[in-house]
Amino acid sequence: MKAKVHVTLKNGVLDPQGKAIQHALGSLGFSGVDDVRQGKYIELDLAETDAAKAREAVERMCKELLANTVIENYAISIEG
Amino acid sequence: MKAAVIVFPGSNCDRDLAVALEKSSGKAPIMLWHRETEVPQGLDLIAVPGGFSYGDYLRSGAMAAHSPVMREVKRMAEKGVRVLGVCNGFQILTEAGLLPGALMRNRDLKFICRDVHLKVENTETAFTRPYTKGQVVRFPVAHHDGNFFADDELLKRIEGNGQVAFRYAGADGTVSDATNINGSRNNIAGIVNGKGTVLGMMPHPERLIEPKLGGADGKPMFDALVEALS
Repeated sequence: MKAKVHVTLKNGVLDPQGKAIQHALGSLGFSGVDDVRQGKYIELDLAETDAAKAREAVERMCKELLANTVIENYAISIEG
Repeated sequence: MKAAVIVFPGSNCDRDLAVALEKSSGKAPIMLWHRETEVPQGLDLIAVPGGFSYGDYLRSGAMAAHSPVMREVKRMAEKGVRVLGVCNGFQILTEAGLLPGALMRNRDLKFICRDVHLKVENTETAFTRPYTKGQVVRFPVAHHDGNFFADDELLKRIEGNGQVAFRYAGADGTVSDATNINGSRNNIAGIVNGKGTVLGMMPHPERLIEPKLGGADGKPMFDALVEALS
């Protein structure tokens, strides 16, 4: 199975890289970009064939390593 | 004082810490490779050095926090063994859960490498005892990810418990947004755990331990550790 993980900064956590991207877009003439939040995308190939078990495992991976839950949220999608 | 310095692939301040510790204690610390699964008996202090462990992959300190030796460091810290994390060492200690909060990319996205002034806050720990409350010291910083973050609730707890050891300040001790070099919440440059036995700080005390290096404001910290732990 394939797991796709998006790691993003929590609301209220300043994202200076997102801000810099927003400013760069503005200076390129892309107006109306109200906010930019930058995150990470991680793809995992898993031997597990049970979607529920796979999700549970990836959930643990996120908590232990892939995300720092002090500052980051994560979202998992499992694909067959 | 029996001290150990942890060495990760990518550590680059391990020898500076070893020199500082030896200069104060007269005894060379044990250098411990990150793959070690046991640490020597009777350690009084474990130092986690600065650098770019594991190339800062994923997040600064994230990989190192899960290396085999860190399991032992955590076990020792629980027993009350003093742990000092400097720069990348601070990042590793927060990632390992030994200290609260997280260190994010600097507010202005720049790598900052210069001497800064710090205001000493908590002087009740083995690390900070030789300084006086409110004293201004000058330590070098060299980091990209030193922006200390804690949410409001956690920040309140850290402040309430007196866990702030150092704040970024002006030469006169002013603590303001103008003296906040990297966007850290409440100008926090270093914190201790609840018991005051684990200190993490972004600035480098080991880089200013004798006048020949440009200053000696870091020396009292190592002298005090030797005095407290010998």
